[in-house]
Amino acid sequence: MAAPSQHGRIAITVTVNGVTHEREVEPRRLLSDFLREDLALTGTHVGCEHGVCGVCNILLNGETARSCLIFAVQCDGAEIRTVESLGSIDNMHPLQEAFWEKHGLQCGFCTPGMLMSALELLESEPNPSLEAIREAISSNYCRCTGYQNIVEAVQHAAAKMQEGAT
Amino acid sequence: MQEPPRENAEMKPPPFRYEKASSVQGLLNLLADQGEDAKILAGGQSLVPMLNLRLTYPEVLIDINGLGELDYVRLEGDRVKIGALTRHRTLRDSPIIAEHCPLMAEAYQHVAHVTVRNRGTLGGNLSHADPASEMPAVIQCLDATLVVSSKVGQRQVAASDFFVGALTTALDPSELLTEVQIPICGPSQSCAFEEVSPRKGDFAMAGIAVTMELSDGTCQSVRIAHCGVEDRSSRASAAEASLAGKPAEAAHFSEAAALLAETVEPTESYHADAELKCDLVRSLTARALTRAAARAAR
Repeated sequence: MAAPSQHGRIAITVTVNGVTHEREVEPRRLLSDFLREDLALTGTHVGCEHGVCGVCNILLNGETARSCLIFAVQCDGAEIRTVESLGSIDNMHPLQEAFWEKHGLQCGFCTPGMLMSALELLESEPNPSLEAIREAISSNYCRCTGYQNIVEAVQHAAAKMQEGAT
Repeated sequence: MQEPPRENAEMKPPPFRYEKASSVQGLLNLLADQGEDAKILAGGQSLVPMLNLRLTYPEVLIDINGLGELDYVRLEGDRVKIGALTRHRTLRDSPIIAEHCPLMAEAYQHVAHVTVRNRGTLGGNLSHADPASEMPAVIQCLDATLVVSSKVGQRQVAASDFFVGALTTALDPSELLTEVQIPICGPSQSCAFEEVSPRKGDFAMAGIAVTMELSDGTCQSVRIAHCGVEDRSSRASAAEASLAGKPAEAAHFSEAAALLAETVEPTESYHADAELKCDLVRSLTARALTRAAARAAR
């Protein structure tokens, strides 16, 4: 269990994208800042920093969460996945390929959050309806695309992932 | 250039001491000592934005996410009992809620987005008492009872006595809301929930919850509650009383809706001024009453 150290910092052990990290954090350290600054995982973006825009969405123990609304200290013992867990430029995840092929991004700022929200959906619902896709990304702001291509990209990814699974 | 020491790194939330509660009793003891200076951290979907915006400066944050004993939905006799730490996602997907609290199930279609529902809790939502939040109206319409615990014992608070004002409840700083008890929906009871918000899942510009029973085509025990309209959710007792014993007809529903629209004292927001809110109250109340009556007649 997390115990306070003499500096007011608390030791935590967190698994991020399969790698276990031990760090001491100030209690007010947001998970989003912990990922970006302490672990140098800058794929997770920060936008509004009060839970509205969704760009900082990550998977916490398999479910999406706003990383700007959780303190790192609360994640002691947790398993976290960020956008970096999906794929690399040479070996993209089907979701990333689909966003590329369907022009599901323009400036790309919202994309990490979109991908993690879409991943949560496709892991529980491999063949979602258009309505389910819209519902799943309804808490993610995109100011460029108008969402149509994002919805198509998620649908395309679902097909790709099903093909891949057979 | 040398990296600045982490202590000086800029952080949005103000500094606080962090305590992780490992038992309800331990938490209540801590609250008895520090209640005034402490905030309870449950799902964090309202409290952490307030911290990030520095609207609140608690000395201590007590994290209750480890208290699994407060995470449950149970049917006991003629009541559904919900632990305060139960997540919105659990309640929205719960077959017990779908069967025995259909008003709550319907209203959950309007509550936030999946990522927020994954973390947000019913107890936190009610204790935060946002005037535009749906569940305060739902539990008042369902005549729920709230179980409130402190070091010295438990007390029960009627849902209609719990909400005192915007972000203000009947909770003492030494108390924790631990359970919500909802009378189950009887076979002759029907309900409806109507809401308008800027986007689906956003806070309500106006929301109306209705339950009623029909007896030979006349209205019995009609309950109406609103959210998003005033500085707090409340029951609409005058409009409810106006329908007692009246035939379940559109004309009477319109009268009750007009009465409520005339008597509310709307707060104004970016998305809705007082005039628009009154108009929404009128439309949504008539719509909810009509829909509930149609369901009761089936």
